[in-house]
Amino acid sequence: MNALLMSRRDAVTLAIFALVVLTMPVWLQPFGAAYPGLMQKFAIYAIFAIGFNILFGLTGYLSFGHAAFLGVGSYTAVWSFKLLTMDALPAIAFAIILSGLLAVVIGYLSLRRSGIYFSILTLAFAQMCYNLAYSVLTPITNGETSLQLNLRDPRIIDSALAPRPAGLPSAGLFGHTFTGLEGFYFCAAALLIAFFIAQKIFASPFGMMLRGIKSNQTRMNYTGFNTRPYALSAFVISGMYAGLAGALLAVTDPLAGAERMQWTASGEVVLMTILGGVGTLIGPVLGAWIIKYFENIFSAFNEQIVSRFFDFLPAGAHEVVTAVASKFVGEGWNLTLGLVFVLIVVFLPGGIMEGVRRIAHLFDKSRRAPKAPAKLSTQPAE
Amino acid sequence: MAVPNVVLHVADVHKRFGGLHALADIDLQIEEGQTHAIIGPNGAGKSTLLNVCIGKLAPTSGTVVFDGQVLTGKKPHEINQLGIARVFQTPEIFADLSVLQNVMIPALAKRDGAFKLNLLRSLDSQTTIRAEAEDMLEDVGLFGRRDTLAGSLSRGDKRRMELAMCLIQHPRLLLLDEPTAGMSRHDTNTTIELLKKIKSRGMTKVIIEHDMHVVFSLADKISVLAQGRIIADGTPDEVRGNPKVQEAYLGGTHQ
Repeated sequence: MNALLMSRRDAVTLAIFALVVLTMPVWLQPFGAAYPGLMQKFAIYAIFAIGFNILFGLTGYLSFGHAAFLGVGSYTAVWSFKLLTMDALPAIAFAIILSGLLAVVIGYLSLRRSGIYFSILTLAFAQMCYNLAYSVLTPITNGETSLQLNLRDPRIIDSALAPRPAGLPSAGLFGHTFTGLEGFYFCAAALLIAFFIAQKIFASPFGMMLRGIKSNQTRMNYTGFNTRPYALSAFVISGMYAGLAGALLAVTDPLAGAERMQWTASGEVVLMTILGGVGTLIGPVLGAWIIKYFENIFSAFNEQIVSRFFDFLPAGAHEVVTAVASKFVGEGWNLTLGLVFVLIVVFLPGGIMEGVRRIAHLFDKSRRAPKAPAKLSTQPAE
Repeated sequence: MAVPNVVLHVADVHKRFGGLHALADIDLQIEEGQTHAIIGPNGAGKSTLLNVCIGKLAPTSGTVVFDGQVLTGKKPHEINQLGIARVFQTPEIFADLSVLQNVMIPALAKRDGAFKLNLLRSLDSQTTIRAEAEDMLEDVGLFGRRDTLAGSLSRGDKRRMELAMCLIQHPRLLLLDEPTAGMSRHDTNTTIELLKKIKSRGMTKVIIEHDMHVVFSLADKISVLAQGRIIADGTPDEVRGNPKVQEAYLGGTHQ
């Protein structure tokens, strides 16, 4: 009961956030992004980034290996589908537990160092997981061909409850199979719960301790805190968030490949968090959405679309602009993303959220500005 | 006459750094409720002694006993939880948190211990801790600045806030490493006033100090350190009159 209480400000934020997430199929329409596959990714990677930010944003420990937990979450979920049931909830539960356990091990070892050494250690562990998935663990991960559902899977619980349908099943909830937008709404619900928990952590004494660790670890120690278990808890929580995201990826598409654990995937979540705003609640979500949007929409643009976009230009300029601009779309979407990233880090080190704050500040000023001269005029002229 | 209660006992401590004998045969007894100053010229080993006391450095031989517990080999947070708080030479604070948060964190450490997974309760609901922190800020004269970022305080204010962070834990022993270093005369005097106020509450303090003005206005007892050895020990008047001290320290600075 007490655990559900939150400040008015947080409650308003959560309500607005819920509204934005649940109406995605409407407001993403003009952006051409309102199809389930992409919206699911928006929700899932937002969870991944929120969890990552609990570690990086609050404690300042920069992990370069969080994709390992994402991958473990996916593998676990697919195995739960294969062996037990196509129901999403047990798959998610197992994924969170297993990625949490892996996070305990990796975190316990990596957190013995800080700064760049911590980052390198997490990177090394994640690459180890990735290579294990490709080599020794092939019986579990199915190596290069990735882990997939199979007609001969036992699915013990499902088989016991109902006759097996023909063909490969897909994931669902309580015997109902997700169709259309249902998969997205399921992910959206998970995102809202994940966001709510993150809000609670940010506002809790525990969150304050994590901020203390980021701010001055020496003082934390001399203030009587054992900082190691605090940092480890944050690491495990963020690992569990990543596991949840991995499980949801498997729920929306029951397939798990090792490339999900590669260092580029770990780097992507770092980019998302920095792009949106480290240490803020909304920032990582925005970062995740922007990067996924670029990845899916910009990469689909081709030269014809660009050429049509610049139709208004005179003939000579049209060719030049089209030729240059088309380098930044399609295969070259990373180029655009890189450019946006550089601009944001240089001009808005606090990410998009800092931009939002600056604009809000400007509005505050201009609202107050007309009052100031009025005040002056009330002063008697001596 | 009652035997004074010894809170901190530094027994036979030696500390060597390679060939350098930084501390030799140090024997110190800090009595309950007293303000004990450790003075000495630069390089005398004052900071080394303090670091040995709080477990930051392990002595080459000898022990440090606090209230019946051996401190050597304990971690900083364990030593703090035993009731020893420390003010640093350069203020160690949470620069990007507010002044109030800076003082609430140690209050939580006192209440919750070295680790507690306090995830789901809100910090705003910790009204007792908050009230305690606000009272403490009132005491040190920083209440009006409670919402300022700690990093933007002046050096004197940072020091006072750091003191508040230590005092809110009601430590049995407070260690101060040059609490007025780099301060203006005015800030130094307000700090002395503040420390006198604390003294009236009977808290035991060890002060390492350079500034004679500070030492002689606060200390009940003074130990003089020179080249890693204690060369004099006693009340301020005894120490002032000691020819060895004048030669090693006071004489050198007052000629």
